Amino acid sequence: MIELRKEFFADERDDDLAVIGRPVQRPDMAGHVTGRSPFYDDHRFEGMLHLVCVRSPHHRARIRAVDAGPAERMPGVVRILSARDVPHNYNTLLSLLDFGRDDEPTLAEEEVRYRGEPVLAVIADSERIAREAAAAVRVNYEPLPPVLEVEAALRPGAPVVNPTYPGNCFEYHGRYDHQKLRFGDVERALREAEVVVEGRYLMSPIEHAPVEPAGALAVPEGRDRYACYTSTQALFFSLGTAAKILEVASNRLHFVGGTVGGGFGGKVDTLHEPLAILGCMLTGRPVRYRFNRVEEMQVGPPRGAEIWHITDGVMRDGRIVARRFAGYFDAGAYTRLTSYAVIKCVGHLPGPYTIPNVHADVYCVFTNRTPASAMRGFGITGVDFAIESHMDRVAEEIGMDPVELRILNAYRDGDMKAHRRPAANCALIECCRVAAEKAGWPIAEAYARMSSREGGGGERATVPPTVTDERGRIGERRPAEPPAAARAPARPPPPVAAAPPSPPPTPPRREPPPPPPPVAGPPKPRASSPRRFSSIFGIRRR
Amino acid sequence: MTWHRGRGFAAINYPIGMNLGGDPSQALVHSNPDGKFTVALSSVDLGQGMKSVTRQIAAETLGVPVEDVQVDTADSDTGPHCMGSFASRGTHRVGNAVIAAAREARAVMLEAAAEELEVDPADLVTDGRGNIQVRGAPARSITTAAACAAAQFRQGRTVAGRGIFLLPLSDVDPETGEMSPVSCYAHGAVVAEVRVDDETGEVRLVKLTSAYEVGRALNPRLVEQQLYGGAWMGVSHALWETTEPYYPDRGRYPTCFVSYPMPGPGDRVEHDIAVLERPAPDGPYGAKGIGEMCANPVLPAIANAVYDAVGVRVTDLPITAEKVLRGLREQGGARPRRRPS
Repeated sequence: MIELRKEFFADERDDDLAVIGRPVQRPDMAGHVTGRSPFYDDHRFEGMLHLVCVRSPHHRARIRAVDAGPAERMPGVVRILSARDVPHNYNTLLSLLDFGRDDEPTLAEEEVRYRGEPVLAVIADSERIAREAAAAVRVNYEPLPPVLEVEAALRPGAPVVNPTYPGNCFEYHGRYDHQKLRFGDVERALREAEVVVEGRYLMSPIEHAPVEPAGALAVPEGRDRYACYTSTQALFFSLGTAAKILEVASNRLHFVGGTVGGGFGGKVDTLHEPLAILGCMLTGRPVRYRFNRVEEMQVGPPRGAEIWHITDGVMRDGRIVARRFAGYFDAGAYTRLTSYAVIKCVGHLPGPYTIPNVHADVYCVFTNRTPASAMRGFGITGVDFAIESHMDRVAEEIGMDPVELRILNAYRDGDMKAHRRPAANCALIECCRVAAEKAGWPIAEAYARMSSREGGGGERATVPPTVTDERGRIGERRPAEPPAAARAPARPPPPVAAAPPSPPPTPPRREPPPPPPPVAGPPKPRASSPRRFSSIFGIRRR
Repeated sequence: MTWHRGRGFAAINYPIGMNLGGDPSQALVHSNPDGKFTVALSSVDLGQGMKSVTRQIAAETLGVPVEDVQVDTADSDTGPHCMGSFASRGTHRVGNAVIAAAREARAVMLEAAAEELEVDPADLVTDGRGNIQVRGAPARSITTAAACAAAQFRQGRTVAGRGIFLLPLSDVDPETGEMSPVSCYAHGAVVAEVRVDDETGEVRLVKLTSAYEVGRALNPRLVEQQLYGGAWMGVSHALWETTEPYYPDRGRYPTCFVSYPMPGPGDRVEHDIAVLERPAPDGPYGAKGIGEMCANPVLPAIANAVYDAVGVRVTDLPITAEKVLRGLREQGGARPRRRPS
């Protein structure tokens, strides 16, 4: 049941529109409720093959040898793909935005870095045969000690999770192992505060739990083009990622989405499209690759864990004068999108409040667990849980009503935010007032009269003299050279179009995605015609 | 055993669209000879209502009935580039691209009508019911269908438009974090009421009461759907879900919906929602994205309510009965904090 509270901000709105604001029935409703809306997996093609991955049972291990012979000999198995079959095996998702280094293999090479990491891809006549064949592949692993805690990952001497980032942290601006936020002088303000309140908060990983598990189906589309029916949330992002990994011109790919059975951020990572298309290219037949529920739960990216430490400096009248954060995003074994979430989070701090002194160090930490990725509220949900739990602790500590504490400290039009942009179009106070009123939560008249449009700006609009520091330079916390015990595996042979290995990723210099490449030339023999020897693991093609 | 009641509050804001910008979306709009319009997008409808909301935006901007607009999504051969459906960006980014494309198409349609009516296009208005009229003289009119037919068969014009929306990419200062994250923010505040069993630690949600500020409710039913469903996802996150119940211990984990508990339809509770609209200056008709923000305040509101009920502050999500019970044992039983209401 919703109630439109039109009396708020009425003077900023034109409510006299023809279609906007009307409860028009959604055109896809009938299809949804009668089960007729087309999902990617509703397409069926003659001769369709099924792809299933052989996955690591270890959090971290070296791959000594792979014997796919028994699997290959099983009737119905058509082809087994390894890292050698993938033209540009290493990728990082945000490379399309020129952010970060390629750090994740499509299929593992010398080492596996999380339980469930794909090592080989078995293509067979049926999904069942593919699963049975995948189970028949023998991989000889040498288990290595994993890193499963963010604090442990940051200690000197910790094993290297991801050799692209030997410090076990994403590297920001080529300078620091974290992203900083510095506004004012937090240490001084904490010393001068009447009350200091500290807290630690943890958000465990969770699953997107879409009704439709993620997947893709690739089909030859004549003249060396490939159609890909996909559950992706981001059609061109997935197309660009597949084109990069497969080293094909983007216009040789035709991506078709449609209705998606729930995404919530979990269908951005493009784990299925490249392998399905590669399978299609190498067999000449339609190939479907989809997660089953176990894979969706444990191999598909979760919302990663976050750990937050918050220290507030507060005056007894309720004003929060300092807020300090240390935040750790558990990215799992590879970057995916967590590096981005950290910056998004830093831009969000200290929450919707005007606090004159704010300090944050936020880390994207690699551990040997399932790579985390985007999920509803990405970069914000975890810290909002921490901030709003902490606000109640502050309220109790100084004996103030929690709603009034929030209204008092709420950001207002004209205030300077910690990321140094003026606040505008604010409405936190009004939301607090209305929610309290509806719930029968009494607040003092003075607070019930406050407005986001009044009382901001002035002194609150200034950027205070700010204390900066150079703590946390890359390699400072952990040596740049991984300790011998960690024995970082050799990097895979540099892919053809890889960025040079050394330039640091610098978010400020991110560029929009590159323009589509020119019209496809003749197909590259490597990607489109089967090769005789397909694997460093000694897999023989049939 | 005693059930203790408690309630908790939380408030949030939420950035709309990809952080730092640099995330364009495009739209193409064109008419067939009968004045029926197609909006071509590569954007994906995840069930959130992308097709529906862009259809309304196009109809409003074109000045035609909503029935005269169809939206085609998610085909890279026919739809122009879009970054994707995430970061609460669909309505804001794609909606703005659709407005730009629809404005361009509308201008051609009005030029075609003006030529047929032998008037200045600037003197024409649409009535939203399929007619184009001379301002102040509604008798001098032509249907949008006739204008589009004339454009294509007599005048040789394409009634079509292109649109893109892009916030330029922002820098980030390595030393201070100075940046331009996004251009607008949605807001929300929630009161959660719970009951907590001091014998088992079980937490039952009783009711949610909320106020969400959405910029503009383009379609109140879609807003309701998003807020209700999104807040419920927040409830599930707060009280039920995790793939690693003993994080960072990786030893125990769920693999299906039996071992990964989530609330079912029978666990739903009343959610009384107020919607406020402070239009975003750069939002399509003022709209902000509401997909993500509706879940966020629910988590801390429930944590605060549990504390209010029994005095146990659970700082690790999810707030399971086990954690509440351990907290109760540690402090020697329930210590209700409830303020008199």
